[in-house]
Amino acid sequence: MKNLWRLLPLGLILLLSGCGVENLSALDPQGPVADMQYSLIALSLYIMIFVLVVVFLIYIFVLIKFRERPGDTHIPKQVHGNRTLEIIWTTIPIILLLMLAVPNVMDTFTLANTSVMTEEEEEEMDHVHIEVIAHQFWWEFNYPDHDIVAGQDMYIPTDTRIIISLESEDVQHSFWVPALAGKQDNVPGITNEMWFEAPNEGVYMGKCTELCGPSHWLMDFKVVAVDPDAFDQWAENMAEPSETATHPEEGTVAADGREVFQDSCISCHAVGEDGGATGPNLTNFGERQVIAGYLEYNEENLENWLRDTQEYKPGADMPSYSQEQIDDEEMAALIEYLNGLKILD
Amino acid sequence: MEWLTTVDHKKIGIMYLAGGAFFFALGGLEAILMRIQLMFPEFSFLSAQSFNELLTMHGTTMIFLAAMPLLFGFMNFIIPLQIGARDVAFPFLNALGFWLFLFGGILLNISWFAGGAPDAGWTAYVPLSSTSPGHGLDYYVLGLQVSGLGTLIGGINFLVTVINMRAPGMSMMRMPLFTWSSFVASMLILFAFPALTIGLLLLMLERLFDAQYFVVASGGNVIIWQHLFWIFGHPEVYILILPAFGIFSEVLATFAKKRIFGYSAMVFATLIIGFLGFMVWAHHMFTVGMGPVANAIFAVATMAIAVPTGIKIFNWLLTLWGGRIQFTTANLFALGFIPSFVMGGVTGVMLAVSAANYQFHDTYFVVAHFHYVIIGGVVFGLFSGAFFWWPKIFGYRLNETLGKWFFWLFLIGFHLTFFVQHFLGLMGMPRRVASYLSNQGLDEFNFISTMGAFLMTIAFIILLVNIFVSIGNKDNVRDPWDGRTLEWTTPTPVPEYNFAQTPLVRDLDAFWHEKYEGDGKMKASEPLEDIHMPNSTILPFIISLGLFIASFGFIYLNYPILFVGLIITFGAMFVRSVKEDHGHHIPVDRIKRDLEGDHHG
Repeated sequence: MKNLWRLLPLGLILLLSGCGVENLSALDPQGPVADMQYSLIALSLYIMIFVLVVVFLIYIFVLIKFRERPGDTHIPKQVHGNRTLEIIWTTIPIILLLMLAVPNVMDTFTLANTSVMTEEEEEEMDHVHIEVIAHQFWWEFNYPDHDIVAGQDMYIPTDTRIIISLESEDVQHSFWVPALAGKQDNVPGITNEMWFEAPNEGVYMGKCTELCGPSHWLMDFKVVAVDPDAFDQWAENMAEPSETATHPEEGTVAADGREVFQDSCISCHAVGEDGGATGPNLTNFGERQVIAGYLEYNEENLENWLRDTQEYKPGADMPSYSQEQIDDEEMAALIEYLNGLKILD
Repeated sequence: MEWLTTVDHKKIGIMYLAGGAFFFALGGLEAILMRIQLMFPEFSFLSAQSFNELLTMHGTTMIFLAAMPLLFGFMNFIIPLQIGARDVAFPFLNALGFWLFLFGGILLNISWFAGGAPDAGWTAYVPLSSTSPGHGLDYYVLGLQVSGLGTLIGGINFLVTVINMRAPGMSMMRMPLFTWSSFVASMLILFAFPALTIGLLLLMLERLFDAQYFVVASGGNVIIWQHLFWIFGHPEVYILILPAFGIFSEVLATFAKKRIFGYSAMVFATLIIGFLGFMVWAHHMFTVGMGPVANAIFAVATMAIAVPTGIKIFNWLLTLWGGRIQFTTANLFALGFIPSFVMGGVTGVMLAVSAANYQFHDTYFVVAHFHYVIIGGVVFGLFSGAFFWWPKIFGYRLNETLGKWFFWLFLIGFHLTFFVQHFLGLMGMPRRVASYLSNQGLDEFNFISTMGAFLMTIAFIILLVNIFVSIGNKDNVRDPWDGRTLEWTTPTPVPEYNFAQTPLVRDLDAFWHEKYEGDGKMKASEPLEDIHMPNSTILPFIISLGLFIASFGFIYLNYPILFVGLIITFGAMFVRSVKEDHGHHIPVDRIKRDLEGDHHG
């Protein structure tokens, strides 16, 4: 019986680890930061389950033993209290809390340590610095060392320390990739820092967790972890995307699409070096997994999105484009052009 | 008309209860609409904008317009009776506090019909709130300002009442725990609400008069709002839970037929919780970038609250220990509170672990946690107190069978709704999302959660039915539970002057002491004579109405309306200042007639 109780928290943890979708759930941590946070969650859960079990046992015992039975009219002894008992149940919680507080304080400092950003250490440590700038309702990823800007999909190399600085262009947002690391807020006027590492290649789901307007729930993004060589290739191509993709050959449909893009989109969206920065950079748009952070990538969704932007993401800055502004033929060409915006082979 | 002008703490208490119950139902309706929207992934029952308005109004309504007024209702009705007083210290202010709350609440809800409710969450973080289009947030700042003023006035009134109005012999350390915890909650109100007032004032100036406190480009700082809000907002949860703790202390002692275990430890634990509750506000801001030093300090300080709370839990368990536990509905809610609240408490400690909080913060884990403590603590306390004091307040007893149905359905529905939300949070569901995508593994738990919410709704309907079908149930309404404290010595219905003669208190649980050590009657501490009582007045209603009108002037920057409203308010205040009002005396003959009627009845 005693052994069974000991197994209870373990069983719960096992149960928990099975919860949620891979690359989304904090209960399926990947990388040192999420691991550290998961072990704190587990430690606190063990301690708290211990507390719960103690309280529940006393509670159930009391309810059964001292319930009023039919015909029972005795008046219980009026007890004042008991000093010893009170000292015991003050001391034990203090000890339990210390067991939790000490590792927590240590981890809090470890997680806050992004000091690799100082110049001396920068040389020694393998790291990539990314500025995450949150907008209503999309994410901008700025790679100052690589001189590139990406939108919505954040490419990172595996097994490398990723150092993030967080900013916001409008209201407060919060950057969260549960499987890789807990969140930090993007606060207007303040730059917050955090770090994490991803040991495995894969696409990790990220979300905004601070209420930021009507399309708050649609402010998803992806963290794409690739091996360091592939990352370097990606960064190089992002900096200098292939001419054939960004400037399709004259006479092709895609070239017509580029003209539509130049007329309607370029003041906000950049491809390569050209274009505005109000909206997401579209240099590698054709390689996105989703449109607008959440719609499955296909031509139909892309057209719907461009035609009814406000329907799909209410409150977003991008206008919806009607037939008068972009007719069907132009729309098809634009989609062709966008589909071709690829920087990997 | 009698109700518009009354300054009787009992009538004001009943009005608080009625007003709070109305807003509670409204907040519940908002909740169930949100749960329907979240029943299926990518469901389009509501638009995202409506959802954000609902979540804002649900939180605001439940905290400011339901939980607090309902507690104020009990405090108003019960505290003067428990301490053997004839009224509160400032009957006029008491009425003013109520009317300000009611007009503030109505104002806030008018926003639904005036082009959109506030949509930035009950926390109204800037710059989302300062830049939110439309007038929703203007209703928020004005509505909360008006009703918050009422709360502050009410809190001060309770403090003075408890300090000054206790019957002879009732030392502070003989006060019933409900009075004690309400007293500490009132201290928290006194210190916390000014922070809210200032925050709302800054936000109002920014929204209506283009001030730049929170505009980064002009050197403003958005974090100021969060600090001000949580310096109020964190104590606020203790303002809610402490009186509920007090109710449980009364109910558990009464139905275990035992004196509360460790009374003085309970008092000190309450004071320590009140103090620490003030010191830990920034644990709501672990992810905002305060740095590891501040995070570590606030983490450890927050965890410390578990110690006095644990003391209280074990003292309650030991109060039950050796008792004769009766399973009345009032006690079922008190007993159901213990495991439910402990579950909410332990997740509170988990949230205090700052480094792990980066995973919990702003997710459904937090939603689960605070609903466990607020429903499992405050709402259970309100229901327990309702069944407990209903006979004294309304003069009839609620049906116990329906009460037990209500309890069990509510308990099961509550755990079904919120237990799974812990997992939803860790599985990647942020809070305050109008929907969630399919294929993210969030579907089943959300569906279960909504089913639980339906069960709670059914339970609440049973309570409403109970309130109406039990009206004739009038036997033994004076002291139905073999009560321990002074409120049970009064006749039901309680006369205007509460006590014909102020009682003399000789021990903790004064009534119980007289029943089992004396002759079952309170000793009187004064001869039977004329009783001085305050006069009724319409002025508190008019002062509040004036502010209500002026608020529209602010919201739409319509200066004529603004000035008309302010003139009404200040005019009524002027009348109050210059008109002499010495109250009236209730002649001793009438009191004697009441006493005889009481003995025959």
